[in-house]
Amino acid sequence: MDSPLLPHGVKRCSTWAFFFWTLPWLALLAWGGLSAFLCLWKGLNQTNMSNIFAFALWIVFDLAIIALGAGAFFTGFLTYVMGQKELKNIIKPAVIIGFICYSGAMAMLGIDIGQPIRGWFIFWHANIHSMLVEVSFCITCYLMVLAIEFIPIILENRKLEEIKELRIFGHNLHEIMAVFAATGTFLSFFHQGSLGGMFGVMYARPFAAREGFYIWPWTFFLFVLSAIAVGPCFTILCTKLTEFFTRKKLVPDSAIQLLAKISAWLLSLYMVLKIFDYLGWMYGIVPRSGLTFESFFREGPYGVYLIVAEMVFCGILPAIILMTPKARQNQGLLIIACLLNCTGIVLNRFLFIIVTLAIPVMPFDRFWGYLPTWQEWGIGMAVVGYGFLVFSAAYRYLPIFPKERELNPITE
Amino acid sequence: MKKANDHGKFKYGMVIDIDKCTGCGTCMVACAAENNVAVRADQSDKERTITWMRLYKISNGKEFPKAEVSYFPRPCMHCDHHPPCVSVCVATATKLDFNTGIVSQIYTRCIGCRYCQAACPYGARYFNWWDVFPQDKGMDRYLTPEVSPRMRGVVEKCTFCHQRLMRAKTLAYAEDRREIEEGEYVTACAEACPAQAITFGDLNNPEHEVSKLIKHPFTFRLLERIGTEPKVYYHSNRDWIRKLGDNFLPGEYTPVVNKSWAEEEWSTKPGRDEF
Repeated sequence: MDSPLLPHGVKRCSTWAFFFWTLPWLALLAWGGLSAFLCLWKGLNQTNMSNIFAFALWIVFDLAIIALGAGAFFTGFLTYVMGQKELKNIIKPAVIIGFICYSGAMAMLGIDIGQPIRGWFIFWHANIHSMLVEVSFCITCYLMVLAIEFIPIILENRKLEEIKELRIFGHNLHEIMAVFAATGTFLSFFHQGSLGGMFGVMYARPFAAREGFYIWPWTFFLFVLSAIAVGPCFTILCTKLTEFFTRKKLVPDSAIQLLAKISAWLLSLYMVLKIFDYLGWMYGIVPRSGLTFESFFREGPYGVYLIVAEMVFCGILPAIILMTPKARQNQGLLIIACLLNCTGIVLNRFLFIIVTLAIPVMPFDRFWGYLPTWQEWGIGMAVVGYGFLVFSAAYRYLPIFPKERELNPITE
Repeated sequence: MKKANDHGKFKYGMVIDIDKCTGCGTCMVACAAENNVAVRADQSDKERTITWMRLYKISNGKEFPKAEVSYFPRPCMHCDHHPPCVSVCVATATKLDFNTGIVSQIYTRCIGCRYCQAACPYGARYFNWWDVFPQDKGMDRYLTPEVSPRMRGVVEKCTFCHQRLMRAKTLAYAEDRREIEEGEYVTACAEACPAQAITFGDLNNPEHEVSKLIKHPFTFRLLERIGTEPKVYYHSNRDWIRKLGDNFLPGEYTPVVNKSWAEEEWSTKPGRDEF
């Protein structure tokens, strides 16, 4: 039915099969739509957020997907600025994943604030001392950069390419992509960093507070590093997932292995610095506030096991797997390592957001726990559904894997 | 009067005598009534109710007959040094007024991101989870006219009854006085406390009672070592209460050393510590 829109020389499932494939994701979007409507109409009382858990599931989702989406800017940086030609085979899916993550995060933030209509106050009445302002400015600008990077990919659609003006426009845009890749890298560096800075600067919350360099707490640099360590792994995971569902090889192993190797080095460096960060914090800020490391986990559902999981099972372990050439060449181990890496970074964000707020600072206050409502899950899941829909549509209608034809010749 | 204020010579603060506090909660009620704090039919969800002034019950954890219970009334601390909530606000909706020391909140500018709530270690900031004050039920007739009710989706906090300062200044201006006297500007909680446990005034004015009280060796502040420099002080002659005012590593807390002063001041009060 939609065959004129499909790329040349590649095999795609039937329109009906594609339609049925989209149904579960559309259902997630409908769930999210209902949740968003309730939250906007009735207010944030629809959530289980409270005066204790001022930040909750949505912020964890936001920070997690923004870190996972870092594959876009970092792969762009490696491809266009560092000249890693091999990565041209994976840059397009990386950009699309980045676009999905960032646009999804922006939409969630729009619902998360109590007065969405006043969202523009961030720009109009900007408090330049606030890390969140830096995040908002950079994310907004970077989303525009991502949109610009996405446009030439969309214009490669078979039908759109037939229009001469669009073809020339897309081609010229493609020529100057290095400029946007560099801009994206600059913007991403600052918002990934300031997302970490947001928590490091909360000096009155000893669990999150960190010392640092000049105005930037250590979390600023650690968040940048962790994002570029996990971004390529998430790109690999999404590619592998696409290969699994389409039962095709889409990206040459060399590109995947290069990304995995870069991720391995960055993750290893991150783990070393993170260990120093934890030690510096445990023997610096924590005792200075009159607390001990154990006192943070005296009560409540969150325990030391979260940090052990973050550092050992989801940090050092994937770093070792990815560092070992034999191990990362094994498909199963590669996927496990990427999954663990992603889980570790999400856990790190969870610790900084939920656990920070669950721990009381006043000695006579109590520990708290939090469980999201279905409305909160709905909006989080809608981003997942949105991601699957956009990526599936992009795969179906756009030639996002340049080597697909070569790797899967049609033999008819 | 404006000229006097330009030099930032006022620094309003309060001293709460925990030994006098009975935990009756009048301060909470007076605060809520004065400041049009939203009240819902069911106030049992304590994680989401709004209590600018909140009582925390504390105990020394001992068995009878040594068991003791007390209360920490906790308004906003109006931190004097780099308030954790102010620098994080995205829309510059909250600020520390250097002329009065009051940390204010602009409700119509707050976008409700709640970053300030996350940053405040005292839990002194509250978000409006619901629409309240329905116009058709006559509740608006109970509102204090000088205080704007808050809309859903914004953060609010104790303002040291800023409207009362405005009122006192207006009165002084009308009477052609340059400055307001001690006692002319008092917060609702301080005024209402039946035990007179709360003293309010200008910490910079040596004539004011608060500036004398904060020099007392039994006076302390909440979470002092974090460095927020609160302008709300507490006073207790019981060591276990003073110890609960901050986090201490084992062996770190030293009881008040100025024993002779303490003995002189408190010798008439029976049944207290071993002073």
